[in-house]
Amino acid sequence: MHEYSIVAALVDRVQREVEARPGAVPRVLHVRIGELAGVELPLLRTAFETFRARTVCEAAELAIESVPAAWRCAACGRALATGEILRCCGKPARLAAGDDIMLEQIELEVRDV
Amino acid sequence: MCEDCGCGDSELVPVDVHEHLLADNDARAAHLREHFVEANVLAINLMGSPGSGKTAVLEQTARALAGKRRLGAVSGDLATDRDARRLERAGIAARAITTGSACHLDARMVHDALHHMAWRDVDTFFIENVGNLVCPAIYDLGQAANVVALSITEGEDKPLKYPVMFRRADLVLLTKIDLLPHLDVDLGAIRDGLARVMPEPRIIAVSGRTGAGIDEWIAWLDARRQATRTSPHRAELVE
Repeated sequence: MHEYSIVAALVDRVQREVEARPGAVPRVLHVRIGELAGVELPLLRTAFETFRARTVCEAAELAIESVPAAWRCAACGRALATGEILRCCGKPARLAAGDDIMLEQIELEVRDV
Repeated sequence: MCEDCGCGDSELVPVDVHEHLLADNDARAAHLREHFVEANVLAINLMGSPGSGKTAVLEQTARALAGKRRLGAVSGDLATDRDARRLERAGIAARAITTGSACHLDARMVHDALHHMAWRDVDTFFIENVGNLVCPAIYDLGQAANVVALSITEGEDKPLKYPVMFRRADLVLLTKIDLLPHLDVDLGAIRDGLARVMPEPRIIAVSGRTGAGIDEWIAWLDARRQATRTSPHRAELVE
């Protein structure tokens, strides 16, 4: 359910960018969501579809890059398999990727002057 | 489009942002964390399913620490201030945060609640989150540590089903341990599951009913307070 609050934050962030460039229209929003970020992608898409009407994102497409979780050994660098015990070389493994909730890029349509 | 000079043509301009979408919450949480550290208050974000025993553990903790520690808490629920009232009766300076439909607490809600409390007077401040094993995990509240209450009645597979929550836990309180003789639950299976989602699994079995394990939990809190006091972050703020 927190996907709605993430979309609200996304729209606010895009709004700030548009205010800095009057007349620009957001067309594509590139977001990166990790597998362990706690964000359900179908819910995020639904929330965006519901939320974007009558906002600055009305004409924007949400482009989601989904990043799988990747655990690595902090000592030898070995990639751990999914479901493996998160220890290697006597040390706790570290999460190398998969917990992002990032707005990477906004494609803005601007009119030539 | 104007055929003479092309004015009115439009082009797509990529604007790189590369920003955490919850950056506003992160900034508020950082502000809260500075307050907690500077006031030497150990802030604990206590999460877990509805009915996992979060409030009961805090009640038992307050009884064990009566006269020794000053405890404070905010308690998040969709509706009613029942948990906060229970905590107050147990001797914790508590305030309810009624979220309406929100499934988690965010840094703004905690910050607003602190404005109505003498939170600087406590040693340990519990943020009892909304009962939910999903959403609360991703919102930083300025806490020093995340604690997840997992009752042994919830099923052995909960850690594997909710890796996002358990990955962020600094401690798992295995609650309702007094029920063990009445259940077919395998504690080894729970521990094994946690080791596959938590890089440094730390588990304490407790009972809010009998008080079993509460001493060990209090010792963990004390060690945590010690670590916070001597952290470089605090030294930086005190300077």
